[in-house]
Amino acid sequence: MSLPTVKQILQSLAAGETRARDWVEMSLRAIREIDGRLKAFLWVDEEQALAAADRIDRAKMYQNAPLRGVPYAAKDNIVTRGVRTTAASRILENYIPPYNATVIDKLNQAAAVMVGKTNMDEFAMGSSTETSAFQKTANPYGEDRVPGGSSGGSAAAVAAGLVPFALGSDTGGSIRQPAAFTGCFGLKPTYGRVSRYGLIAFASSLDQIGPFTRTAEDAALVLNAICGHDPMDSTSSRQPVPDFADGIERGVKGLRVGIVRHLPEEGLEPGVKEAVERAIRQLEAAGAEIVEIDLPHMEYAVATYYLIAPAEASSNLARYDGVRYGRRAEASSLIEMYEKSRSEGFGMEVKRRIIIGTYALSSGYYDAYYKRAQQMRTLIRQDYEEAFKACDVIAMPTAPTTAFKLGEKLDNPLQMYLNDIYTIPANLAGLPGASVPCGFVDGLPVGLQIIGRPFDEATVLRVAHTYEQVRDFAWPKPVLGVAE
Amino acid sequence: MNYETIIGLEVHVELKTDTKIFCGCRNDSKSEPNTNVCPICLGHPGTLPVLNERALELAVKAALALNCKINQRSKFDRKNYFYPDLPKGYQISQYDKPIGEHGYIEIEVNGETKRIGITRLHLEEDAGKSMHAADGSHTLVDYNRTGVPLIEIVSEPDIRSPEEARLYLEALKSIMEYCDVSDCKMEEGSLRCDANISLRPVGASEFGNKVELKNMNSFRFVQRALEYEVERQRERYENGEPVIQETRRFDEATQTTVSMRTKEEAHDYRYFPEPDLVDLDIDDAWLERIRASLPELPSAKRRRYMEELGLPSYDAGVLTSDPKMAAYYEAVIAAGADAKQASNWVMSDVSGALNAQGKSFAECPLKPEHLAGLIGEMASGKISSKQAREVFKLMWETGKSAAEIIKEKGFEQISDPAQLQPIIDEVVANNSKSVADFKGGKERALAALVGQVMKATRGKANPTLVNEMLIEKINSL
Repeated sequence: MSLPTVKQILQSLAAGETRARDWVEMSLRAIREIDGRLKAFLWVDEEQALAAADRIDRAKMYQNAPLRGVPYAAKDNIVTRGVRTTAASRILENYIPPYNATVIDKLNQAAAVMVGKTNMDEFAMGSSTETSAFQKTANPYGEDRVPGGSSGGSAAAVAAGLVPFALGSDTGGSIRQPAAFTGCFGLKPTYGRVSRYGLIAFASSLDQIGPFTRTAEDAALVLNAICGHDPMDSTSSRQPVPDFADGIERGVKGLRVGIVRHLPEEGLEPGVKEAVERAIRQLEAAGAEIVEIDLPHMEYAVATYYLIAPAEASSNLARYDGVRYGRRAEASSLIEMYEKSRSEGFGMEVKRRIIIGTYALSSGYYDAYYKRAQQMRTLIRQDYEEAFKACDVIAMPTAPTTAFKLGEKLDNPLQMYLNDIYTIPANLAGLPGASVPCGFVDGLPVGLQIIGRPFDEATVLRVAHTYEQVRDFAWPKPVLGVAE
Repeated sequence: MNYETIIGLEVHVELKTDTKIFCGCRNDSKSEPNTNVCPICLGHPGTLPVLNERALELAVKAALALNCKINQRSKFDRKNYFYPDLPKGYQISQYDKPIGEHGYIEIEVNGETKRIGITRLHLEEDAGKSMHAADGSHTLVDYNRTGVPLIEIVSEPDIRSPEEARLYLEALKSIMEYCDVSDCKMEEGSLRCDANISLRPVGASEFGNKVELKNMNSFRFVQRALEYEVERQRERYENGEPVIQETRRFDEATQTTVSMRTKEEAHDYRYFPEPDLVDLDIDDAWLERIRASLPELPSAKRRRYMEELGLPSYDAGVLTSDPKMAAYYEAVIAAGADAKQASNWVMSDVSGALNAQGKSFAECPLKPEHLAGLIGEMASGKISSKQAREVFKLMWETGKSAAEIIKEKGFEQISDPAQLQPIIDEVVANNSKSVADFKGGKERALAALVGQVMKATRGKANPTLVNEMLIEKINSL
C-alpha cells in the first residue's frame, strides 16, 4: 500500500516539490477513471476544486495552513453552502444549503480542498450504503460487495485511492464498519468532540463526524483541524483539545488493552475472529498488557439503539414536509401534501425507522420502550466506566463479518442491524472508537476496533498507530482502485 | 340546582428579548414577513438550537415574581406535531421539568384577597403565523415569529367566575409589566390566553367535563367567552344533556363559542428530551442575582401605599395597576406633594389627559415635579382650586412650571374688588391733592394714585382693576 498519505502530501507541498493543484488534479483524474464503476461520489465539482487549489497555491496566507492543498471528500449529510446536499434522499434531491457545516468551514480554514460529496445510506440509515436513493457504491476489494455503511461512499473513495481523506458520520458504526469493510482507518471521535452543526441529523444524541484516512496519524491530523468547541452546537465539548499527532509514536508499553470476557459471538466469522485475535497478540508483543474486562449489558445494545435512534430520527425527519425546501408533491390539501411528499421522498428503511420511532415515543408506549432504552443506555455507559478502571483501551472486532454481497441483507433488516453489534455500544456511551485494518479474509479486509475513554482519542490513535507499525499481513491491491 | 364554575387559565407571554430564543434573529414579528429569519429558525437540515441566556433570565424573573419554586435542574423537550408554521415539525418546549412550579397570584375579590395557584411556568419557542386565503386556495406563512421566546403560565383550577378570570389576567399582566419581561399586548399577541372551564354541582368533589376555550383576543373577550360558556354548560346540564370534552373557539361576531375539535381528535405530542440542548443547571449565585433584580411588585406596592402613605385601598389599587403610573405617582410625592392630593391629581386629571391623547405615563408631558409644584401652590392658598385647573391645562400645553404660569398669567394678583376696596378708599382719602388734580383734568395724576395702591399691595393688585375702581371712587365723591 503506497498511496500517498495526508502526511506525505503535506511534506511534499512544504518542500515545494508539488502544488495543491497537482494533488487535486490527481484526485479528480482518479475519480474520472474509477468512480464510474465504484460510484462513491454523488457530486463532484472539478472547476470549483481546481479554483480552490489555485487560490491556495497563490495566496501566502495559506502557507502554514495545517491541511494546505489536501483534497478530500465529504459525506453528503454534511451541508456545504451552495453545493447540493441530499443525505442520499429523494426528499432533498435538489436541496442547496444556504450555509456551511462547521467542519466544512474548519477544513476551509485549514486549506483542505473538497472535491465532492459521497454516497451514503439515506439519512445515514443503513450498514451497506444500499439504501441511498441514487446509487449503490461498490467495495474496492470486490465489485459485488458492499462498502459498508452508512458512510460507504467516503470509505470507498479513500480505499480506492480517490482522495487521501474523507469525512463520514457515525451514529451506530457508520464510520468504523465501512472502514473495516474497505480497509481504511476510520475514527469516530467522542460525542461532543466535533461540532454537529451542519450535520443532517439522524439521531442527535449519537451522531458524530469523523475522518476516514489511510493511517491513524492522518486521522490525528484531520481531527486536529475539525475538533473543538463550537458556539453553534450546545452539545459540543469545551474539553481541552490536544495535538492528536503529538506522542502518537510513543508505543504501547505500559498500556492496558481490555478484551471482553464474554463477547457476544453469534454471527462472528471465524476468519474475522482470528485476524482480530492475532492483532491483539501483536499489540501484546509490542508491549501492551492484555486484560480481561466485562461489558455485561453489551447484548442489549442493539435493541437499545434501535429504539433510541429511530425515536430521535422520527422527530429529526419531521422537518422534511415540503413546505420550505426539498421535495413538495402536488396535492389538493395540506395533509395530502405532507403524505405524498413524504411517501415519495423517503425510502423504505427511512420509513421503517420513522414508524418504529413514532411508535416508541407514543403515549402509552413511551415508558415501555423509549424510557427503558434510556435506562439501558445508562447501564451500558456504566459498564464502560467500570471497564476503564481496569484498562486504557478496549479491543474487539469492528464488525462480525467482512463485506457482504450487494443485496444480500437488504431485505433482512434484522440481519443488517446485527452487523452493528460491536460498534453501537461506543455510540450509546459516547466514547471514541477507531477501526484499523488488521488483515484480509478471502481478499476482503477485516477491522480491529479500538475504543477509548471519553475524550481520550489520543490513546486510541497511539494504540492504532503502534499496531500499524507491527502488522505484517499481505495487503492485496483493490480491484477497483488507483494504479500506482 | 346550583353549579360551581371551575376555571383554569393557560397564558402565553412573549418575552422582550433582543433576539430569538435559539438563534440570532431579531425578536420582532412585526417586520415585513420573513425578514427576521435564518437557517436555524427556518429548520434547515443540520441546524442546531443554542439557548439565548437572556430568555432564560426573563423566564426565571417572571417565575420568581409569580412566587414559583425554581427548578434549578431543568431541561427542554420536543413537542412533536406537523404544521406549516412549525418549521422543525416539533416545538422546543419543557415537559416534566419546567423552570418554575407551585406559584401563586393574589387578586382582590369583593374586598377580600384571594390566592390563585400557578401550577407551572415553562419556557418555549413560538411558532410562525399562518395566513389562510379566504377562498381556501392557499396559505401564506410568516416565520418572523418562529423562535420568539415564550413563557407559558398554567394556573390551578382555582378560578371560580369569569370576573375572577379577568382579575387574574389583569394581575398577571401587571406583574409581567413590573418585571419588564414582556409588553403584554393582547391585541398584538404578546399575551395570549386559553381557558379551561367546567361546571359541577355545588358540593360535588369531582370535576365535570372540561371545555378548552381559544381565540380570545382581549381580557373582555375572555370574560365574555367564559360567561357564555357558563350559561351554555348550565343549560346543557339542566336539560339533562352532557357537556362534551372539547376545544371551542370564541367567535367575536356572535359573542358565542363554537366547537373546534373533540377529545378524540386530540394530538399525541410524543414528548421526549431535546437531545440538541444540554440540561439547564441554574446556579445559586445566578438565581440570587435575578432575585435581587426584581422590582417591588404590585401587591407589595399596594400594601405600602395604604400603610405608609395612608391611601385608600381604591387609590392604591388604581395607582399600582400600571408600573409607569406608580412610578409617576412616586415621583410626584418625592417632589414634596401631599400623598392623597397627588393621588387625586394622578388618577383623575393626569390619567384623563393622557387617555385623551392616547399616551402612557412614560410619555406624560407634565413633569412630576411640576405637578408637585402646582399642588404646593394650591396648598399654600396662593391659587384657588379653580385657578389650579387652569394652571394645570397651561402646564400641560407649555411644559412650564406652575410658578412660571401663575406669574405670567397673573393668577396670583389681587383681582378681588372686595379685597381692593378698602385700600382704594384709603389711598383716595389720603391723597386729596392728586384726586383734585385728576378731577381738574390732569390725567397723569391717576398714575400716582395707582402707584400708591400697588405700593400698598406690594405690586399684587390687578392694575386694570385698580384703574377702574379708582375712577369709579373719585367720580362718586
